[in-house]
Amino acid sequence: MQYLPKFLAHRSTPAPVSRWRCALFLGVLVFPTLLVAQTYSADNPVPILTGNAGFFTNVQAGKAEIVSEINPVILVPLGDHWLIEARGEFEGDFQRKDWGDGPYGGQVGKELNYLQADYIVSSSVTVTVGRFLTPFGIYNERLYPIWIRDLQSTPLIFPIGTGSSNGAMFRGGFPLNAKVNLNYATYFSVSSTNNTLDSDRTAGGRAGLFFPGPRIEVGASWQKLLQKGRNNGFGFHFAWQPTPLPLNLRSEYARSNLGSGYWIEAAYRLSQIRTWNKFMRRAEAVGRAQQLFAGQITEDDAAEYGLPALNTHEADFGLNYYLQDGLKAAASYGRQFSADGNFNLWNVGVAYRFALPLGRTELQ
Amino acid sequence: MRLKLIATLSIAALLSIASAAVSPRNSNAAAPPAVSKVQDADTMRLEGEKRFRANCGRCHAAPHKFPPRMMATIVRHMRVRATITDEDMRFVLYYMTQ
Repeated sequence: MQYLPKFLAHRSTPAPVSRWRCALFLGVLVFPTLLVAQTYSADNPVPILTGNAGFFTNVQAGKAEIVSEINPVILVPLGDHWLIEARGEFEGDFQRKDWGDGPYGGQVGKELNYLQADYIVSSSVTVTVGRFLTPFGIYNERLYPIWIRDLQSTPLIFPIGTGSSNGAMFRGGFPLNAKVNLNYATYFSVSSTNNTLDSDRTAGGRAGLFFPGPRIEVGASWQKLLQKGRNNGFGFHFAWQPTPLPLNLRSEYARSNLGSGYWIEAAYRLSQIRTWNKFMRRAEAVGRAQQLFAGQITEDDAAEYGLPALNTHEADFGLNYYLQDGLKAAASYGRQFSADGNFNLWNVGVAYRFALPLGRTELQ
Repeated sequence: MRLKLIATLSIAALLSIASAAVSPRNSNAAAPPAVSKVQDADTMRLEGEKRFRANCGRCHAAPHKFPPRMMATIVRHMRVRATITDEDMRFVLYYMTQ
């Protein structure tokens, strides 16, 4: 310990740095980049600010809640192999105070969903480091953004195995043969108790087979908790987009100590209906059935994870209307059944996806 | 002192060369895939549309087309996010930038 002050004193004393040395350092650092810039083709990617914003009204068991949400996404491509990407989540949930008689009030939650650096090593391997969405099932990584999801309420099993992880991941996709592609993601995450960067110490992955002809994807996920509990989790997913129909079928199953369950969802674009076709082709009917079997966890733990504490099943029906590119109006009705009581769920709102370049977009 | 300077410059040079090595000399993101047998632009577009519907349509409705430099970023993001193959990415980018 006696060496510490001396060490700190040494560290805090700035070394004299001459101007020519700074210039040389910068020159060596920047010169090859300038060479690249000179030979760079005009179609090189530009950084983008994208994301979505939404405004929804939920009524659950007679209680109204106003939700406003914005999820900015930053994409910064570097060279031909790198991508830095980040997504934040700002969500305000406002309910009537004073047992439903007062004004609306609530808090705005802030989260960093991911902040990751991707390095595309080859056509089949990408290495990701930083904070990333946990690759478990398909909902968390692909269907979560509000402008994408067909029903605004997330599935009951969504908290199982998902969320964000801090660590490293290998992922990619490549054709096994002319009829099937393999996609995979495998990762290791460290534990963090930081409010913004919370994560568990876990390892896991997902693998899927996609058949482009019939447009079918099947896959499985697994996860091992490498800290207290050391529980295992696993899941399966299925997606099918039949070629002759504007129909999207998706399903997931997940199981861990937190519980188990499934959801199955169908979304049908009404473009094939000839009556009022101009209106109908922008409309989409959605239905979802789901069931959750509560796990061996306490009621408090279930609430913390956002899971029902009792066995629950639910059916939802919705209608989406695509007003213009990136702007969607959505409405849905659902009914939830559990030993705690049955109730209705109503949801109506709009979601908007935006994308803005952070640089020149025209070809040089 | 000289050793420090040499070490610093070496690290800077290595970093710089590494970044240059991974940067494209001739970015051909929107160019036809080298492995593809199809040459005709219409066939490329049709193949691109087919792959767009098969890969992108699995999750979301078709967005309108963005400028090529934006599209190149979006497709790279989706390549990582949706683990689509390199060839699919190139066809989709070709289709979305025509």
